[in-house]
Amino acid sequence: MAEVLLSVDRLTMRFGGLLAVNAVSFEVRAGDITALIGPNGAGKTTVFNCITGFYKPTGGRIIMHRPNGGDLELAGMPGFLINQRAKVARTFQNIRLFAGMTVLENLMVAQHNTVMPNVARGLLAVFGLGNFRHLEAAAIEKARHWLDRVGLIERADEPAGSLPYGAQRRLEIARAMCTDPRILCLDEPAAGLNPRESDELSALLMSIRDDGCAVLLIEHDMGVVMRISDHVIVLDHGVGLADGTPTEIKANKHVIAAYLGEEDPEDIAEIVA
Amino acid sequence: MAYALQQLINGITLGMIYGLIAVGYTMVYGIIGMINFAHGDVFMIGAFLSLIALTGLGMLGITYVPLALFLTLIFAAGIAALYGWTIERVAYRPLRGSFRLAPLISAIGMSIALQNFAQVAQGARDKNLPELIPGGFKIFEENGFVVQLSWMQIVITVVTVALLGLFTWLVTKTSLGRAMRACEQDMKMTSLLGIDVNRTIGLTFVIGAALAAVAGLLFLLYYGSINFYIGFNAGVKAFTAAVLGGVGSLPGAVIGGLAIGLIEAFWSGYASVEYKDVAAFSVLIVVLIFMPTGLLGRADVEKV
Repeated sequence: MAEVLLSVDRLTMRFGGLLAVNAVSFEVRAGDITALIGPNGAGKTTVFNCITGFYKPTGGRIIMHRPNGGDLELAGMPGFLINQRAKVARTFQNIRLFAGMTVLENLMVAQHNTVMPNVARGLLAVFGLGNFRHLEAAAIEKARHWLDRVGLIERADEPAGSLPYGAQRRLEIARAMCTDPRILCLDEPAAGLNPRESDELSALLMSIRDDGCAVLLIEHDMGVVMRISDHVIVLDHGVGLADGTPTEIKANKHVIAAYLGEEDPEDIAEIVA
Repeated sequence: MAYALQQLINGITLGMIYGLIAVGYTMVYGIIGMINFAHGDVFMIGAFLSLIALTGLGMLGITYVPLALFLTLIFAAGIAALYGWTIERVAYRPLRGSFRLAPLISAIGMSIALQNFAQVAQGARDKNLPELIPGGFKIFEENGFVVQLSWMQIVITVVTVALLGLFTWLVTKTSLGRAMRACEQDMKMTSLLGIDVNRTIGLTFVIGAALAAVAGLLFLLYYGSINFYIGFNAGVKAFTAAVLGGVGSLPGAVIGGLAIGLIEAFWSGYASVEYKDVAAFSVLIVVLIFMPTGLLGRADVEKV
C-alpha cells in the first residue's frame, strides 16, 4: 500500500450550534484518486475548506506527511502557506478564475512564488537584474505545458472569463497544477459538464494521478467517481459513513440507505451503475 | 492664442503632479476597494522629507543640483514607502474583513494624525525653498506676451511620464503586477495559489507612497513653498482625478489628473482664480452623472 500523504484525524467543525463535520477521520494516499461523496449538506465542502485553510477547524488534526519526514499540521495554518509549504491546491464548486486576466496570466499567477520568491528579488527585477527573465521564461514554459494538456494552448491570450464553461473548469485544474501540488483537491469538477467533457476530465485526472499527484475529489457524478477512484469516503450529516474501494462502497448498506433513505435494490443499481 | 498655450503648459504640469498622486489612490482602491484618505498626507510627508533632505545635503556641501535631487528622491521615496507600509500595517490590515466603513474611518484618522504630526514637528508656517532648477526658454512671443516653458515643467513631465511607464510595465508585465491584479479580482483564491496577499497589499501601499513622495518633491521644487496642509488639497484633487479617470484604472488616473489640471489652469486664466476648485469639482459631478464609472473605468466585475 502506498504511503499516506494526508491524515485527517477526528476533524470537527462547528458553526455556532450547527455541527457541520463531526469527528471525521480518513487518509489520502500518494498515487490515489480519493473521492469524498455524500448527499448534499453532508459536510464535504466543509472538510475541503478545513484542509485548505478557509476555515480553522473547531477540533481534530489535519496532518500532511512530507517525503523528507517533516509532518505539517494544517489546521489553522493560513491558506497561502498551506499551498506554499504543504503543497495542497484546490478548485471550487463555482469557478473562481481571474476572469479579467488572460488564460496564460491565470497560470502565471499560480507560479508567483517561483518567479518572485521574495521582495528583494522583485526589486532586482524592477531594475532588470537577477534571473527574473529566466524564471519568467520557465514559468511560461510550464504554463504552456499545462495549457497543452488541458487543450487550451490556442486560447492562451484570451481573457479567462470568455472561455466556455467546460474550458474554464479545465483551466482551473491547470492553474491549480501550476502550483506543483502534492494533493489536488477538486470540488465537483464534473458539475455542469456534458458526457464527453466529463470523460475528458476523467482522463485528465487519471493522468495527473499517474504523474504522482494525489487527487482528492468531491463529486456527485457517481459514474465519474466509480470509474476513476481508487478509494471512496462517504460522509453523511457530518459523520464518516464508509471508507473503501468503489466496489465495497457500492455494496455498502449504510451508503445505500443514506443516498436513498430506504433500501431499494433496483434504485441502487441505477445509481451506482 | 499665446495665453491659451501658456495655460495649457501650466495645466499639463499641474495635471502631471495630480496624476502621480492619483495613481496611489487608484491602485489601493483597485486592490482592496478602499479609498486611502491618508494618501494625500503621505504626499505632504514626501514634500517635507524632500525639504529636509535638500537642506541636509546643502549643509553637507553637496550642492551639485542633479546629484542632490537624485539623493533626495531616493531618500524621500524610501522613507515615504516606509510610511506607506506602516500605515497599511497599523491602520488598515487589522480592520480587513471588518465592515466596509471601518478602514475608511481609520484612513481619515490616519490623515488627521499625519497632518498634526507634520504641524507639530515642522511648524505651521510655510517652508520655502529657493528655486533649484531656474530658467527655461521662450517658445514664442505674441503681442508682447511671452509663452514660457520652464526647465522645471519639463522635469516634472519627463519624471512623471517615465515613472508611469515603469509602473505600467510593473503592473502588466511582472509577476508582482499579476499578483496585484489577481488580488484585485479574488483575494481568497489568490491566497490559495500560495500568494501572500498581505505582502502584496503592503507592497501596493509601498509603491503608491513612493510615487506620492516623488510628487511631493516635484511640488516642492515647482512651487517652492510647502506647509502641513498641502496634502489635503492635493489629496482631494488627486482623488477627484482618480474618480474622474475611472477609479482602478492607471491610465485613467493620469488622464483624470491632466483633466483636473487643465480645467484649473484654464479656469484660473479665463474666469476667476477663486472659483477654480468649484469648476474642477463641477466637472467631476457632471462626468459622474453621465459616466458613473469615470472616463476609462470599467463596470465592476461581479465577484463570486
